[in-house]
Formats: sequence, C-alpha cells, structure tokens
Amino acid sequence: MVTPEARPAPRVRDGVRAAIPLAPGPFVFGLSFGVLAEAAGVGAVAAVVMSATTFAGAAQFAAVSVLDAGGTALAAIMAAVFLNARYAAISVSVASIFPGGRFRRLAESQLIVDESWALSGRSGRFEWPILVGAGLLLYVLWVGSTALGTVVGGALEDPNALGLDAAFAVLFLALAVPYLRGRRALQAAALAAVITLALTPIAPGGVPIVAAAAACLLGLRR
Amino acid sequence: MTEVWILVAVVGVTTVLFKAAGPVFLGGRALPARVQSVVDLLAPVMLTALVVTQTVGGDGELTFDARIPGVAAGAVAVWKRVPMVPAMVIAAVVTALARHLA
Repeated sequence: MVTPEARPAPRVRDGVRAAIPLAPGPFVFGLSFGVLAEAAGVGAVAAVVMSATTFAGAAQFAAVSVLDAGGTALAAIMAAVFLNARYAAISVSVASIFPGGRFRRLAESQLIVDESWALSGRSGRFEWPILVGAGLLLYVLWVGSTALGTVVGGALEDPNALGLDAAFAVLFLALAVPYLRGRRALQAAALAAVITLALTPIAPGGVPIVAAAAACLLGLRR
Repeated sequence: MTEVWILVAVVGVTTVLFKAAGPVFLGGRALPARVQSVVDLLAPVMLTALVVTQTVGGDGELTFDARIPGVAAGAVAVWKRVPMVPAMVIAAVVTALARHLA
C-alpha cells in the first residue's frame, strides 16, 4: 500500500540529473579559474591539482586573485581558509545523512559544495543520493573546466583587455548575493567593504582582504 | 613556484578537514551558537572584500578605471536576477568596450 505522499527514494543518478541545469555556472567558473591561474603564474598543473583537491570555487578564486594582486602566499592561504570555514557549518548540517565508515564518510563529504548542498535539501530534508550525485557531476565539470581554462589562459595575451577583471568582480558579487540576507550580514559586508577600501592604499596586496575577515566578529554581538 | 605548491597543499588539507567536520569529526553535534554566527558571516564578508579589490584594487592604491562601468552593469544584471554567466559577460563586454574607447 503506497500512501499518497510517498515517493520513490532518490538515487545518485537523480542527483546527477538535478545538477545538470546548474552546469553552465560551474563550467564557466572553472574556466575562469584556469584563466586567472595562468595569468597569476600559478601554472596549469597546480591549478588542476588545486581544483581536484580543494574543490571549492570561491576560495580557490580568492587565493589566486590575491596572488595576482601581488599578495603573499600567506595572505592567499588565509583568504581561502576564511572563505572555506563556512564548510564546517555546512557539513555539520548534513552530518547525519552520510552512511558507512569513517573513510567512506571522509571521501563522500568532499562532494559537499554550495550547489550540491543546496540541491540536496530541496525536498525539505537533506538527501544523501542527491548530494553525492550532484557533487560528482560538479566535480568532473570543475576539474575539467579548470584544465580547459589553463589552456585558454595560456593562449590569451591579456585577459584584462577582454574585461575579465570586471567579470571576476561580478562573479564574486553573484556568489555573495545569496549570503546577504538579513541586517547582520549586510552590516558585516558593509564593514568589510570599508576595511578593504581603507587598507588598499596603505597595506600590501592581499592584506586588505584578510583584514576584512574581522568584520565577521559582528556575529558575536547579541 | 614552491610557494604555490604550499598554497595548494595547505588550502587543500584545510578544506578537506572543514568538509569532513560534520560527517567525520563532530558526528551529530552542532557548532556552538556563537561560533556558528561568526562562521555564517565569513562568506558574505570575504566575498564583499573580493568584490571591492577586484573592482578598485590597484598596485598599492585605489584605482578607478574601466572596471567601474563594467562591474556596475554586471551588478544591475545580478540585481535584475540575470544568471551569473550572462551577468559576467555583460561586465566583461562593457569593460572591454570602455578600455577600447579610452
């Protein structure tokens, strides 16, 4: 007897299918990352290895753009780590859906990215097959488009002549918008902008971004 | 070059640990509320800082150039709910045109 609200349990392939409409975004994002990595002198191999091991677009982009702006490796690392700390919170929210032993959970948890996480919760509760299926498709797209981007980037004389620097700013803006809900997030973002603007003329490259992270301490206010 | 590989390794390892925090290390436990509210603000804060440096960042100074009209056009597109990729294209085209005409 099937109750009216019952529906078949999703499979991993349903997760892959759910992620297909999103594919152009991560693809262009990965392509851009490859191009920027070439421009910043990171090198194609390191860029692809980073996509395969970090698999977190915004942080990778942040790290490489800090290097591109003349920042130190330390500043680039800090910017990326601050950005990725949100994955601790995200992974806690889906901790209970991962089956199996420690190593399997360690491996499958790496498929958590913003998009796979958001898709997996669409039905109102988090579903493991959707997260893993979507994560797998996004992973292949991400690593593949990074590799393609390094080829394109190597062939481009001057990416900024094509306005790519402005496109990257809009990329960060589009990524920020979903997080800018509520007064506290807006206040923290405004403070971060002020810190960055104030420090840019006086601090070495990359430092203003890292210093702006202090704005998240507004979260300690009650 | 070595610095780049250190960056790749450190960011890679920390990201693996962050993503595994819930499923492997914390089990079913939640983050403390105050930690959670700070962590929640990290993404909007860092992304906003990146928008600023990517738009007006220069070599040790604020630089107002052809990126401004492009980012402005892209921002309007994002505000009008244009998807990310077309919004990026709009920004790139406006900035490239502005550079070409300058």
